[in-house]
Amino acid sequence: MTANQILFYLISAFILGAGLIAVTARKVFRSAIWLLFSLIGIAAFYFWIRVEFVAAVQIIVYVGGIVVLIIFSIFLTQQSGKEMAKPLQGRAAFSALAVISGFVLTYLLIFQHSFNPATNNSIEGSVANIGSQLLSISEHGYVLPFEVVSILLLAAMIGCIVIAIKSRPETK
Amino acid sequence: MPDKIYLSLIPLLPLATFVLLGLFGRKYFKTFSGIIGTTSLFISCLISLTTAYNYFFVSGKVNGVYQHIIALKYTWLQFSPDISIDMGIILDPISVMMIVVVTFVSLMVHIYSLGYMKGEERFATYYSFLSLFTFSMLGLVLSSNIFQIYIFWELVGVSSFLLIGYYYDKPSAVAASKKAFIVTRFADLGFLIGILILSFNARTLDFETLIQRLTDLSSPQLQTAAAASFLGASALTWGLILVFIGGAGKSAMFPLHIWLPDAMEGPTPVSALIHAATMVVAGVFLVARLFPVFAISCPVALHVVAYVGALSALLAAIIACTQTDIKRVLAYSTMSQIGYMMFALGVAGYGGENGLGFMASMFHLFTHAFFKALLFLGAGAVIHMIHSNEMKDMGGLRKFMPITHITFLIACLAIAGIPPFAGFFSKEEILTAAFHSDKIIYSVALITAAITAFYMFRLYFSIFWNAPSHLERAGGEVHHGEGTASMKLPLIILAAGALLAGFIPFGELVTSDGAPLETHMDLTFSIAPVLLAITAILFARSMYMKQNNLPQKISKTVSALYQYSYHKFYIDEIYLFITKKIVFNLIGRPAAWIDRNIVDGTMNMIAALTGIFSDTIRGFQSGKVQNYAIYFFAGVIGFAVLFIYLWK
Amino acid sequence: MNEIPLSHILFVSTALFFIGAYGFFTRRNMITMLMAIELILNSVNINFVAFNKYLYPDKLDGIFFTIFIITIAAAEAAVAIAIIINLYRSHKSIDVENADELKF
Repeated sequence: MTANQILFYLISAFILGAGLIAVTARKVFRSAIWLLFSLIGIAAFYFWIRVEFVAAVQIIVYVGGIVVLIIFSIFLTQQSGKEMAKPLQGRAAFSALAVISGFVLTYLLIFQHSFNPATNNSIEGSVANIGSQLLSISEHGYVLPFEVVSILLLAAMIGCIVIAIKSRPETK
Repeated sequence: MPDKIYLSLIPLLPLATFVLLGLFGRKYFKTFSGIIGTTSLFISCLISLTTAYNYFFVSGKVNGVYQHIIALKYTWLQFSPDISIDMGIILDPISVMMIVVVTFVSLMVHIYSLGYMKGEERFATYYSFLSLFTFSMLGLVLSSNIFQIYIFWELVGVSSFLLIGYYYDKPSAVAASKKAFIVTRFADLGFLIGILILSFNARTLDFETLIQRLTDLSSPQLQTAAAASFLGASALTWGLILVFIGGAGKSAMFPLHIWLPDAMEGPTPVSALIHAATMVVAGVFLVARLFPVFAISCPVALHVVAYVGALSALLAAIIACTQTDIKRVLAYSTMSQIGYMMFALGVAGYGGENGLGFMASMFHLFTHAFFKALLFLGAGAVIHMIHSNEMKDMGGLRKFMPITHITFLIACLAIAGIPPFAGFFSKEEILTAAFHSDKIIYSVALITAAITAFYMFRLYFSIFWNAPSHLERAGGEVHHGEGTASMKLPLIILAAGALLAGFIPFGELVTSDGAPLETHMDLTFSIAPVLLAITAILFARSMYMKQNNLPQKISKTVSALYQYSYHKFYIDEIYLFITKKIVFNLIGRPAAWIDRNIVDGTMNMIAALTGIFSDTIRGFQSGKVQNYAIYFFAGVIGFAVLFIYLWK
Repeated sequence: MNEIPLSHILFVSTALFFIGAYGFFTRRNMITMLMAIELILNSVNINFVAFNKYLYPDKLDGIFFTIFIITIAAAEAAVAIAIIINLYRSHKSIDVENADELKF
């Protein structure tokens, strides 16, 4: 058992544990914080698997952006100290059942399929490589999705403002 | 018979009159409808008489035997290559005799009704119903096919229903018409089953073929019919007895007679036509039509006919002795005389000397039509004058209605069997036939003859002699008079018939096998019934001609018999008990319960189940995203399992 | 990295996916439903990166996909919050059981 393996198991236990508590916690603020921990655990996983750039993006966008956004919306819409309502009768049991059966099914499929790791040359995921490929127009270039995502972000921004805007009161 | 199409006019003329008067009579013709009805029937009667003359005296015989002539035949419904319903007209001695009787008596009733029903608001409707009835009865007697006779049988029942319930605002009339229809309909159920059995076994519905197949002792159909057995009697016996039950219902034989007295609620001319001379003899006619099968192939059924007829005759005679409504007395008298006709058929055999009973029965049918119609029409004249049916309101009427008096007396003498009136000859033939075949029935017939004479003359004396009526008490003022000429003319004609009909040599015309039958008049034999009748008449005279208390004393002495007779042997009460307590409670109520709870309940339950099911499914459209997500997810998992593991 | 077989990593991502699904089905608060969706998206990201590193180490496509997914998740979270705020204004509650106007 090398340190690598031990580290991986620790990280994955952290991710799954935090995720579980995030979906079952009764207080909403605590649920948000456990989500935050789970996302940080995922970033640690990215570090372990040596895609550092993605880990950095994860921390910046997810942890620093989305979770903060969620916390702000919690403040905007309710009292965060109170306990949340319990799920409906039978809903928890039925969902647990469905989810566990789905998991068993999926993992059986995965388990039966033998994935053979490739052994050819690996390219390093450094920032320079990622950047040059992101803006290249050759076969593996991603400049088009890059531009599309930019427009999508613009649309999302405008959409958020339009949806959340308060309608102006009628002037006399 | 060269051109037979004119024969179809005999029933079709009354049918056309029915349609014409039924549709237009009330509005356009009004009182002229009577003339229309009478005229069309007069033409029909003339054609019938011409046909009868031609058949009996000119061209009906071949080698001295009267033929059964199929005048018209038309295939109506073909069920299979060998069974089909053919509508047709058959001419044989009994059908020709019957068309004469029916058209003649119907004509008399039409003429009489011109005066009797004058002033009625629904005059045209009355004549249209009369024409419908005449059409149905003529169709019945001319039928060449057993199914056709059933169709006309039901039509006759409908006409009777319409006519009995003519005064539809009287509840008793409505109840009586319903009773008549239901009782005869019930009997017709037996008739239908009998038809099915007989036609199934004989593989045909046609009378000629059926009779021929079921009487030929070597025919395969007879073998199978006589062999197939159910509860101890062969299929043939069952078929014939069921057919007889149908006839017994229509002819008011015991125990299906309960409708006939109540049917007197109808107008009196209707009683004369339907319930005296024509419809009630339909049962006798049916047995006569199927007589070869009865006599040759199934004597058991013939015995049943005989005993039922004799019992009805005796029973009705006893009941008639105590009734006070004159029409009811005449109704029971009809039942008794039809009983005579039935048992006369029952004691007969087929062919030659054995067929005496058959000839006597048909002869009695013929003469009975005359004097019974006469009695009813005379009673109608009395009722028209007194406005009451009860004997206690009558008496001493011979001074006020001489013609009615004389004709009524002639009819009473005829029915009592006094020579030389018509009834004597026909009754004598019946008694001879009974004597030679079954002594018990002969003695019953003799006793009934005596009782008949007694109650008829009780009726006669109570109406025309005896105590003063309220007319006399009122100082002899007459409101109505005896009736118009149109009411008196039929009485006179029918009286002539009652006098002279006995002299017709019936034995040469109508016999069981068509060959003429020699009848001898045995004087010593006929003395006994005549003497009995005269004694009964004198006994009635002593009781009823003058006011005295002899009737009360006698009724107290035999009080039990008197009570039974007065209450008609409680048969109506028994029927009511059976229907109300047994049929309604044990069959009707459970059936209604099953219908409401189980049949309707099943339908309601199906509807409710659909409702519950739809309510359950409705919950799927809850509008909640999470529910949708769960269903979606569960469905995906389900399909994944299905396609990956279970359905490679 | 080669000592951990790919199926273990896939176990983690599958488990995270179904945990997120459970949270999505069970939670009554709309914001916590959104959090569960984020978990699902992250599990997909783990999948992409793992497959890229194990099966196609000479390409970078998995990383790009991951980046794009993160971007779009951010935009979607923003729009979702806007909707939740709007709904809060009309219903005065963010209980998802109250948003059933599309009922039969």
